Amino acid sequence: MINFDLTVIWAFIIAFAVFAYVVMDGFDLGIGILFPFFAVGEERDQAMNSIAPVWDGNETWLVLGGGGLFAAFPLAYGIILPATYPLMIAMLLGLVFRGVAFEFRWRDPGHRALWDVAFTLGSVVAAMAQGMILGAILQGVTVAENVEAGGWAYAGRWLDWLTPFSLLTGLGVVAGYALLGATWLNWKVEGTAQAHAVQLARILGLITLLAMAAVSAATPFLDYAYWHRWFEMPGILLTVPVPLLVMAAGFTFFKSLNAGGERLPFALALGLFLLGFAGLGISIFPYIVPDQITIWDAAAPEQSQIFMLVGTVFIMPVIIAYTIWAYWVFRGKVGTHGYH
Amino acid sequence: MFDHLDPVILARIQFAFTVSFHFIFPSFSIGLASYLAVLEGLWLKTGKSVYLDLFKYWLKIFAVVFAMGVVSGIVMSYQFGTNWSVFSVKTGPILGPLMAYEVLTAFFLEAGFLGVMLFGMSKVGRKLHFAATCMVALGTFISATWILSVNSWMQTPTGFAINANGQFVPAGSWLTIIFNPSFPYRLLHTVIASYLTTSLVVGAVGAWHLLKDRTNPYARKMFSMAMWMAALVAPVQIFAGDLHGLNTLEHQPAKVMAMEGHYQSHPEGAPLILFGIPNSAEQRVDYAIEIPKASSLILKHDLNAPMAGLDTIPDDREPPVGIVFWSFRVMVGLGFAMLGLGLFSLLARSRRALYDWPLLHRLAIVMGPTGFVAVIAGWITTEVGRQPYTVYGQMLTGQSHSPLAAPAVAASLIAFVVVYFAVFGAGTWYLIKLMSQTPHAHEDEPPQTPIRSAGITPAPALDGALAPAE
Ligand code: HDD
Ligand code: HEM
Ligand code: HEM
Repeated sequence: MINFDLTVIWAFIIAFAVFAYVVMDGFDLGIGILFPFFAVGEERDQAMNSIAPVWDGNETWLVLGGGGLFAAFPLAYGIILPATYPLMIAMLLGLVFRGVAFEFRWRDPGHRALWDVAFTLGSVVAAMAQGMILGAILQGVTVAENVEAGGWAYAGRWLDWLTPFSLLTGLGVVAGYALLGATWLNWKVEGTAQAHAVQLARILGLITLLAMAAVSAATPFLDYAYWHRWFEMPGILLTVPVPLLVMAAGFTFFKSLNAGGERLPFALALGLFLLGFAGLGISIFPYIVPDQITIWDAAAPEQSQIFMLVGTVFIMPVIIAYTIWAYWVFRGKVGTHGYH
Repeated sequence: MFDHLDPVILARIQFAFTVSFHFIFPSFSIGLASYLAVLEGLWLKTGKSVYLDLFKYWLKIFAVVFAMGVVSGIVMSYQFGTNWSVFSVKTGPILGPLMAYEVLTAFFLEAGFLGVMLFGMSKVGRKLHFAATCMVALGTFISATWILSVNSWMQTPTGFAINANGQFVPAGSWLTIIFNPSFPYRLLHTVIASYLTTSLVVGAVGAWHLLKDRTNPYARKMFSMAMWMAALVAPVQIFAGDLHGLNTLEHQPAKVMAMEGHYQSHPEGAPLILFGIPNSAEQRVDYAIEIPKASSLILKHDLNAPMAGLDTIPDDREPPVGIVFWSFRVMVGLGFAMLGLGLFSLLARSRRALYDWPLLHRLAIVMGPTGFVAVIAGWITTEVGRQPYTVYGQMLTGQSHSPLAAPAVAASLIAFVVVYFAVFGAGTWYLIKLMSQTPHAHEDEPPQTPIRSAGITPAPALDGALAPAE
């Protein structure tokens, strides 16, 4: 049984931040990935405007995920970042291009096409890098004991992360984000843009489900003990329902898309992500670097955890409240001419 | 190809490059956010449309600056782990929580209200919109507070113990850690620096448009506001800098020795070296122009006070003198130039010639970018002067870096340089284009074309926006 202490609470908080990031920036990045499929002009403007007021807040969850890892599990932060160094840099640079494109495309109509390309490339690179980081962590990271470095340190080479498995998880995340983006647009835009979004959502729903299946099939063949974790008690109690729920969600997703649903497909796409995330949790917990470093090995001392917890408990609900308010202000369809 | 390079040097260059670029944007957005809050507040209070139009004019600029600040800042929060993993593992228990608080209390606040501030004027009504602007401004200030506490702790670490893994862990009260000895000075000095930097930019833009048309009411208003700010804040900054220096002398004497160029100890009063060329090989300052005993007077308030020099510090614990010496002089020189501009504007004001003295306007334009230069010079003084430590007196830079191969760091450094110059170069160009547009009545909101953002609520406010507030 897990011993429910501060460290576990922190593991859940970080997991929550990462999940919030993945779904919220997921649909932003997804729109970037799908941008070339929308017509220049009104369609693209609508797509961009549907996220312009919220993307910055969405991206902040990434800073919380990274900053939280640094604070609560410094050893894990110090191992995972060097282990995935080129991916991290690629992700950051991708986010640079993506982030500035929001402003720059309006500032420079002469080069709007260029910033649109930057928006797409930045989004694709960031999404791909994030997916590959996930794969690289799952497939295992070489660490060695190192007293000078605070206990343990990354001991692999700088291209260890590059494997077929990490490429697969990378593509899976790109497809999944694109699915989130397409379903978000189905909800927020109108006219031809919406019709395009629905078409894309159908294809992407299929690809995402296939990618989830492929990653699940490949995971037990990795070096580590995922097999045992999945198919032995008590893991199996969780392993069995997850795929069933995924299938149910997938089925409902296509049904509601065909019936012209606007919110349900987006909610179900989020549901798919939640299930995938739960699957990852089962595979990894209580390790933070699979099969090498547990959350307790990596944890910051209690004083640090308590100090942050006090703030988190009070501030997080406030953050969630004003985030909801900001979404509420910009609720409904985006519109093409002025406000509706 | 890069195998013979030292990964630590490369990582240092990379950190310095990315953080310096990042800091250019906050030093503008902290000041500009407050300026926008003031403009909107004045509009609500007086109902004068000139404030609303100025607000919208600068809001477009703010949006671009802020976007660049955000993307370059995200890079920073991951730079600790990618390039300085050993530093991260060891200081995480202390610095991590402070940075986590920054995210919780500042970044979410800024980001959450930014969308409403940029796009929501017509959706939430004036008062709520003003509240959003104030929240963004508050967020930038809170962010500065936490990150400067982090940086100051690295300069003057307090309230820690070292555990079995060699990690810095909190010992005693968090207040001792947060309010470490250099933090109040650094916060004051850096926030004032942001206000000065912003007022110089606003002043330069105002001056530029005054030179073209000295009757433009918008240009007049912004120029006048900016010059008040410069005249009032520049002397305060010099005073704050002096206090900061005295504090540094107490906690990081080697840094002050490098700033002053004091290779040798001066038992009977140290000279103030105004200019000269530090010569570390010979341990002296060549061609020095100096005021005898003035350094002792400034730092110890006593002409004959003895001052220790770098000869009292082991060679491998000395910061590099040349960089610190020069960057310090650049900052201080510009500080006095800003004071000069402020005084000139007071003179012009007293002669009722604030809007009609082209020489003043030209000078204000020249001074426009100097805030950024002074800010970066100040940081270089601070950071290079801290060498060879990352945590002063406790942890060496040479023991802080990640286990990375030179080619990886070199490749990423090149990528950063290329991308930053391209992207932020383009951004700066757009900023200059925005600033060169003449401010006029009925300024539109960002992004200009098409204005729409998501929402179904009708647009009640904008038509009435020019009418006085209720
Ligand atoms: C004195 C102020 C100050 C200083 C020294 C720094 N920053 Fe900064 N930072 C800000 C003041 C600021 C700001 C004014 O609050 C920004 C500018 C634009 C923005 O979004 O907030 C910001 C943005 C910003 C963001 C993006 C926040 C978002 O998503 O909204 C991150 C992650 C960082 N910073 C991180 C850092 C790190 C790791 C630094 C040190 C190495 C650093 N900043 C130095
Ligand atoms: C949380 C705050 C900060 C941390 C943890 C931090 C940490 C570091 C580290 C690890 C280095 C590399 C070691 C070195 O060569 O000095 C460095 C260098 C440097 N930092 Fe900071 N820094 C911080 C804030 C800043 C800020 C806000 C600036 C503003 C511009 C800045 C400017 C510099 C410069 C110019 C260098 C280069 C110094 C050199 O190469 O010798 N730092 N800093
Ligand atoms: C003439 C007056 C000034 C004096 C005497 C002065 C003094 C100092 C000193 C001693 C430091 C180093 C502190 C340390 O790390 O120990 C410093 C840092 C700094 N200065 Fe100044 N300064 C002056 C003007 C300015 C101006 C005009 C600006 C910008 C507009 C500025 C911006 C900064 C910044 C951003 C730092 C780094 C952050 C910090 O350590 O506070 N300074 N200054």
